[in-house]
Amino acid sequence: MKCQKCDKPATFHITELTGGKPQELHLCEDHAREYLSSSSDEPSSKSSMAAVLAQQMVVGQTAEELARLDQQACPICGMTFYEFRSQGRLGCPHDYACFLQQLEPLILNIHGESEHVGKAPRRCSGGTEKRIQLIRLRREMKEAIEAEDYERASELRDEIRRTETQET
Amino acid sequence: MAAARIDDLTRRSGEWLRGSGPEADIVISSRVRLARNLADYPFISRATATDRTQIEEALRERILSIVAASDLLYVNIEELEGVDRQFLVERHLISREHAESEGTRAVAIDPREKFSLMVNEEDHLRIQVMQSGLALKSVWEQIDRIDDLIEEKVTYAFHEQLGYLTACPTNVGTGMRVSVMLHLPALVITRQIEKVFRSLQKINLAVRGLYGEGSQAMGDFYQISNQITLGRSEQKLIEEIGDTVPVIIDYERKARDFLISESRENLHDQVSRAYGILRTARTISSEETMHLLSSVRMGVNMGLIPDLEIPDINQLFIHTQPAHLQKISGSELDATDRNIERAQYLRRHLNKGNGANGAEKN
Repeated sequence: MKCQKCDKPATFHITELTGGKPQELHLCEDHAREYLSSSSDEPSSKSSMAAVLAQQMVVGQTAEELARLDQQACPICGMTFYEFRSQGRLGCPHDYACFLQQLEPLILNIHGESEHVGKAPRRCSGGTEKRIQLIRLRREMKEAIEAEDYERASELRDEIRRTETQET
Repeated sequence: MAAARIDDLTRRSGEWLRGSGPEADIVISSRVRLARNLADYPFISRATATDRTQIEEALRERILSIVAASDLLYVNIEELEGVDRQFLVERHLISREHAESEGTRAVAIDPREKFSLMVNEEDHLRIQVMQSGLALKSVWEQIDRIDDLIEEKVTYAFHEQLGYLTACPTNVGTGMRVSVMLHLPALVITRQIEKVFRSLQKINLAVRGLYGEGSQAMGDFYQISNQITLGRSEQKLIEEIGDTVPVIIDYERKARDFLISESRENLHDQVSRAYGILRTARTISSEETMHLLSSVRMGVNMGLIPDLEIPDINQLFIHTQPAHLQKISGSELDATDRNIERAQYLRRHLNKGNGANGAEKN
């Protein structure tokens, strides 16, 4: 297959998902580099984080693969990967575990490393896991109240109280 | 009530304005910021109004149990007027985002303005410690301690592999931003500033202008900070900036020496004219003020303006900012009035030693 911008063979197959409808681009190495670097910003503002992500994700994946990835949702907070790609902000601490496979290359891209070195919380580093359940419980309680399932909401509130007072 | 206590701050000069500390002729301040989130709430973008309230209550309780309420100014940003929010931004006590966003959010401020803790900004908690001059080690020790004290009774979101978890992956790991603010007028005049930028970018350090966007720096002030937060320890990140800053200081000093030896007359003239305009203008914009104050500050450092001190100049930079002017004058001012007020403030403060300037009134 030839590059869409010149006569060289296309070695980069990029799927653009901005605007909803997937657009497939086939470019040679030079035009791919040009295309990908044309909108690179400092990854410090919301939209440019999303832009870095968009570029990161689309290289080497088909439209179907991306659509499948996008629909993945965090069981704790409900955020989908698509939402993260659009706003550049994660929904809850568990997203890092849930989307680790997709986030790792992104993190490597930003920091050049993917493992933390340095300070850790003094008391109990494993405390996060237990506390994260509270995020899910509170969300479910809110949904139960909205659905007027007050019995379930009450059960959840008790469970929340129990977990909150449990010292890590 | 909070507004009244903010008025107190107006009359005082915060820590980083003191103009003391190591290398204070070139280094304005050193700052470290840590981003932290509670493990049991969603990140801010996903937090409901109830979540935000509960997060704020939990952190407020924790913060106030560490520092006595009398030693801390705890402010609910939502309750503040626009001018007071802007004032806090100008003092570097809160970020612009914190001032302008919505929802329950707060800030705890040390009355000496050495530290501030923002609640419900981009992350649940952002701790910041600042000190005048080049003092990164001291700043780190202080912020490390505050972080530990808070963590004694709350559970931070932390991941074995990825470290402290933040709303944006650009902050994950240490969650730490180390910044040093430098005054580099000679490097700007001798056109070497671009070269300095490029070499900093090569080692993953970001350069930003004070109050400016991107590389446009008002008043020749530049902030250097790390971009990478993961894979290097806090000590290492501090070391990297700590090792780089002296090199830049050296460049600036050499550039200043060069200017003095090669074009002392021109330099003296530039500095004197800047001083002259500031002392006599009837209306003056913020941009022009920054520009002229930068020359004057350099002049003071070089001994060309004997009757001014660095802390005075630092104060002028801040007090001529829009919100400060309005708080000092006690009234709301539009842009035109601000320019007049600014000029009046400058005349008042730069002509103290000389008494009345001919027929000039205050």
